[in-house]
Amino acid sequence: MHRTKVRIVEDALDANNTIAQANRADFDRAGVTVVNFMSAPGAGKTALLESVLGELAGVSVGVLEGDVQGSLDADRLASLHVPVTQLNTDPSFGGECHLDANMVRSALDEIPLAEIDMLVIENVGNLVCPAEFKVGEDVRVMVSSVTEGEDKPLKYPLMFRTCDLVLVNKIDLLPHLDYDLDRFLYNVDQVNPGVLMMLVSARTGEGIDAWRDWLTGVAASAQKERVHA
Amino acid sequence: MHELSLSGAVLNTVVKHADGRRVGLISLRVGRLRQVVPDTLEFYFRFVARGTICEGATLEQELIEAILRCRSCRCEWEIETPAFRCPTCGGSEVEVAAGNEFEVESIEIEESACIAQR
Repeated sequence: MHRTKVRIVEDALDANNTIAQANRADFDRAGVTVVNFMSAPGAGKTALLESVLGELAGVSVGVLEGDVQGSLDADRLASLHVPVTQLNTDPSFGGECHLDANMVRSALDEIPLAEIDMLVIENVGNLVCPAEFKVGEDVRVMVSSVTEGEDKPLKYPLMFRTCDLVLVNKIDLLPHLDYDLDRFLYNVDQVNPGVLMMLVSARTGEGIDAWRDWLTGVAASAQKERVHA
Repeated sequence: MHELSLSGAVLNTVVKHADGRRVGLISLRVGRLRQVVPDTLEFYFRFVARGTICEGATLEQELIEAILRCRSCRCEWEIETPAFRCPTCGGSEVEVAAGNEFEVESIEIEESACIAQR
């Protein structure tokens, strides 16, 4: 018995990235802008979608709802009369704590791509693994709620670093917390300098107009790009 | 916790290149920014490798320090904490020169002298 060394030098996530590119190509062909929407469990992703998805001017939106189990969030969003596709990671994908490109690929046939301009993929609640796995998105949005503490950007830098917008949710609770908002904003800026941040409350509606306008703008600018391409 | 997903990704990459042959050693290059806990990755890898050509293989991990480069003033610096603003000019256009790696660098394949049985 002897050993032969084989040089490989390949990113271990190459396989996922290749499938993510294929997803992105399919979304582009269908003229669909894709948002990967991520946060810790309970930060308010579904509530923040509920507060805008019914009122996106001129944008037909669909949702791919990623959960380990059940369809509680999908049921909430379906009442807004937007097409919602449920993707459960348990049992088909071993109860994974995130969506990856292959899981999203497996759901493509069930998403009415021809009828929508924008697809929001609500990822499984988790600040770690979802950041590692591209799914074919154009932009990444994350929610960080003020009850999570101001140190989270420093603890989960990959998530904060790879997103295009940070929604700081539950700001109506600030008077009741010891949370240092300036410190949090400073920490985000250290990890992802210059990234756009919005202070919002899904409960009171504060800041929701800006969030809705941003989402509408993303869909509109992507459509423009496709027309000029 | 992401070490479980990452060990699955390592296993798939190795299996793709090993062509069905038994693997004795896997050398990884892991950037500090990936926040991988070496012992945890090793633990999960042993678990996902069970019943595969990688069962019992040694996982070698080379830690790559994180080095950033400012696009404005071109200075380079090493970081221990996730602070991505340029300390020299305060610029935000900063690129990661090293530290983002999560690569299978090489593998060692165990081959018996008698390959006629394959």
